Amino acid sequence: MAHFIDRRLNSKGKSTVNRQRFLRRYKNQIKRSIADAVGQRSVTDVDSGESISIPTRDVSEPVFHTGKGGKREQVHPGNDQFAPGDRVERPLGGEGGGGTGDGDASDSGEGQDEFSFQISKDEYLDLLFEDLALPNLRKTQQKQMIQYETFRSGYQTDGVPSNLDIVRSLKGSVARRIALTSGKKREVKRLKMEIQAFLDDPHEHPIEIAALEKRIAELEGKIKRVPFIDSFDLRFKNYDKRAIPTSKAVMFCLMDVSGSMDQATKDIAKRFYILLYLFLTRNYKDVEVVYIRHHTQAKEVDEQEFFYSQETGGTIVSSALKLMLEIVQNRYDAGEWNVYAAQASDGDNWADDSPSCRQILTDKILPLTRYYSYIEITQRQHQSLWREYETIASNCDNFAMKHIQSAEDIFPTFRELFKSQHTTADGA
Amino acid sequence: MGTPNVKPDRPKAMLSDGPDWTFSLLTQYEDEIDRVAKIYKLDTYPNQIEIITAEQMMDAYASIGMPINYSHWSFGKKFISTEQGYRRGQMGLAYEIVINSEPCISYLMEENTITMQALVIAHACYGHNSFFKGNYLFQTWTDASSIIDYLVFAKKFVSDCEEKHGVDEVEKIMDSCHALMNYGVDRYKRPSKISMVEEQARLADRAEYLQSQVNDLWRTLPQSNTVPEIKEVRFPSEPQENILYFIEKKAPLLEPWQRELVRIVRKISQYFYPQKQTQVMNEGWACFWHYHILNHLYDEGKVTDSFIMEFLHSHTAVVAQPDYNSPYYSGINPYALGFAMFMDIKRMCTDPTPEDYQEMPDIAGKDWLETVHFAMQNFKDESFISQFLSPKLIRDFKFFAINDDMKQDFIEISAIHNEQGYRLIREKLSAQYNLSNLEPNIQVYNVDVRGDRSLTLRYIPQNGIPLAKSQHQVMKHLHRLWGFDVKLEQKNEDGSLTTLARCPSGIG
Repeated sequence: MAHFIDRRLNSKGKSTVNRQRFLRRYKNQIKRSIADAVGQRSVTDVDSGESISIPTRDVSEPVFHTGKGGKREQVHPGNDQFAPGDRVERPLGGEGGGGTGDGDASDSGEGQDEFSFQISKDEYLDLLFEDLALPNLRKTQQKQMIQYETFRSGYQTDGVPSNLDIVRSLKGSVARRIALTSGKKREVKRLKMEIQAFLDDPHEHPIEIAALEKRIAELEGKIKRVPFIDSFDLRFKNYDKRAIPTSKAVMFCLMDVSGSMDQATKDIAKRFYILLYLFLTRNYKDVEVVYIRHHTQAKEVDEQEFFYSQETGGTIVSSALKLMLEIVQNRYDAGEWNVYAAQASDGDNWADDSPSCRQILTDKILPLTRYYSYIEITQRQHQSLWREYETIASNCDNFAMKHIQSAEDIFPTFRELFKSQHTTADGA
Repeated sequence: MGTPNVKPDRPKAMLSDGPDWTFSLLTQYEDEIDRVAKIYKLDTYPNQIEIITAEQMMDAYASIGMPINYSHWSFGKKFISTEQGYRRGQMGLAYEIVINSEPCISYLMEENTITMQALVIAHACYGHNSFFKGNYLFQTWTDASSIIDYLVFAKKFVSDCEEKHGVDEVEKIMDSCHALMNYGVDRYKRPSKISMVEEQARLADRAEYLQSQVNDLWRTLPQSNTVPEIKEVRFPSEPQENILYFIEKKAPLLEPWQRELVRIVRKISQYFYPQKQTQVMNEGWACFWHYHILNHLYDEGKVTDSFIMEFLHSHTAVVAQPDYNSPYYSGINPYALGFAMFMDIKRMCTDPTPEDYQEMPDIAGKDWLETVHFAMQNFKDESFISQFLSPKLIRDFKFFAINDDMKQDFIEISAIHNEQGYRLIREKLSAQYNLSNLEPNIQVYNVDVRGDRSLTLRYIPQNGIPLAKSQHQVMKHLHRLWGFDVKLEQKNEDGSLTTLARCPSGIG
């Protein structure tokens, strides 16, 4: 009588729309929560989502309900000590008090201060980078069409034996044999029946039978001569090449670690790198990160050392640029890799070095990179490096520079560097 | 009935006790349960039993248990918090959800053992299902055969509106309607039945008609120059309890599609109204029958000892009532009270005491099956309790009533489970389930038709219980729907009026 239905294989995401509606409605609060969380991540930690908290009052759904006060009568079970007329102290906020209000109200009303939940990695990144775009992306795509991918595409009649498709070839063979022999086989069958007819005849027909047998032998000879497999049957798997856009990117993190850079400044730089890394992983499948730190000399290091080891000494920025150039030339072919670079510094540089920085950047590095961003983290006056870079920025559209004073500037600055109008203005 | 002392010979036809279930085993159990249910004259809608996963159960939770519903962020919020709670292990999910529809749709979780599935089938597909079909509230107020169709219509209509007018516009209206959802119910008037085909056919007509009505109401051109002196005229002439209905019909500035959205929320609210009023009875009835049906199967030797032990374990957990001073106490458990009451009715029929003959002369010693069916069909929680709560049950539960007056700094025990207290406790417990006591009494009182078109709601407090602060938020929503000023006033005990809230320019 009952009808059983197995719904387990039905799609699960019935509430996805509603969930997205919810996220959409509270986008601003969620974004704020995300911006706060950015600083607490490792640069390459992109696999996790984020935990979001929103004040409960923002998400509450108000209804009319009764508040505290007035006279209430209630019935409770389990009387163990009371007699009529007993007076007891009112329990604080307990069951006896004013909490008769219906379930709806107290559920979502005052219980928790925060409504917290998890968002997935994709939702996190979507919100983080909403209306940002990679600069120069269009140009990049055109240049990207250099890698090829081999893919199967049909069959051909010629090829190397290793590409021979046996099943396909034998199918051809069978078809050919049927085509070439079936008419003859039918004829043989007919002739045999005729012979049988002569044999069954009470009269003898030796001459006719002999003629027929000769004819049969001829036909069978022909059938036999049809080869089992012919070069005509052979089919080879065909492969073709097509250009695919490369999806590899390398991100260079350049940072000044000379004595003037304190840990707070480095932390600001780190947050900026995190954002850049996350953003690149949105656009490219593989993103490699190269950390170059420098004082008077540059060195390629790992993440830990990059951010946390302390160095002292003067500053020669061009050393890092030279190292970067070297690494790009050796390891990251510009045809295959999209090169991004972010340089962070407090603006200190040996005065004579700044012009040569500009030289290296404009002549060598910028032509190889998609985008080069420079952030200066300082509360002081700009120095020679900033002025040299300013001339680059006015000439090259894949170079951007920003000034950050404190941690609050990071996310706004990042957004400004990658705002999508930027793309349409420069990249189109 | 009841668990027998003598174990009968177990025949070969005993059903497997799993613990894993299969569809063929489910069918066998369902056949047996169906057979037993017929013995006890349970009249049900046809059953459609769907097996779902925990995730799908959370989906179902989020859309207020309906298999289909319009999209709204609040359902997303519900889903997210259910998911969070479930993941952290703070809450388990229900074993089943059952929908008052024809056919009656029940969801079973795949995680359940075969015993739990059998329990759920007996509980939901025969208990709740027969309640939906038999109880007078459901028969009068809901139309089981058309609810799914109506939701399909609603979902489509809402998404069409979103396409046409934008998600934000629709969301605003829906938010405001949800805020007033509890006031979208006709408590006394029987609503007309809903059907998708008619709805669609009438849609255009109604929109046009409504608009013309509204215009008429607000006609500003004077009919003639000789306007007579206007007396204080109230509109509506009688206070209206169904605020959403009033808005749907009379709000001056709503577009036809917005009126239809109001109507959808109102209809769905109306659909759930009987469920709110019969929680104790509905759950009690379902527990009563899963208990009887599965015990019957055990007595017949159809199910194993371990099956019945597992069943009793779950059953006792469900119908347990913690005492008022227990850390687990969170009010009266409707399953416990309902189950105990139906069992008690049966006891009064089969094994009456002199006290029962005196207190419950109508049912003591009568045919128990007929009596429980009669009780299920003709009552709601409030009247069920005032009719059938026996002194014995009051003693069993050790009920006591308290009088909590915020003006005093103590609570007074007004009655306990003794001779003098039975009547009082029965009365108070019954009142506790009277929805009109639980929800603040707020009605549409007046529209200033000749003046600034402002709408006045009137709150009549009971026992001096004030409204909670959320009223100011709700008034904003009301203002959005009405379009002109809205005002909430309270009628005090001495007959004076206090303005509680006003929108715009709310007064604290």
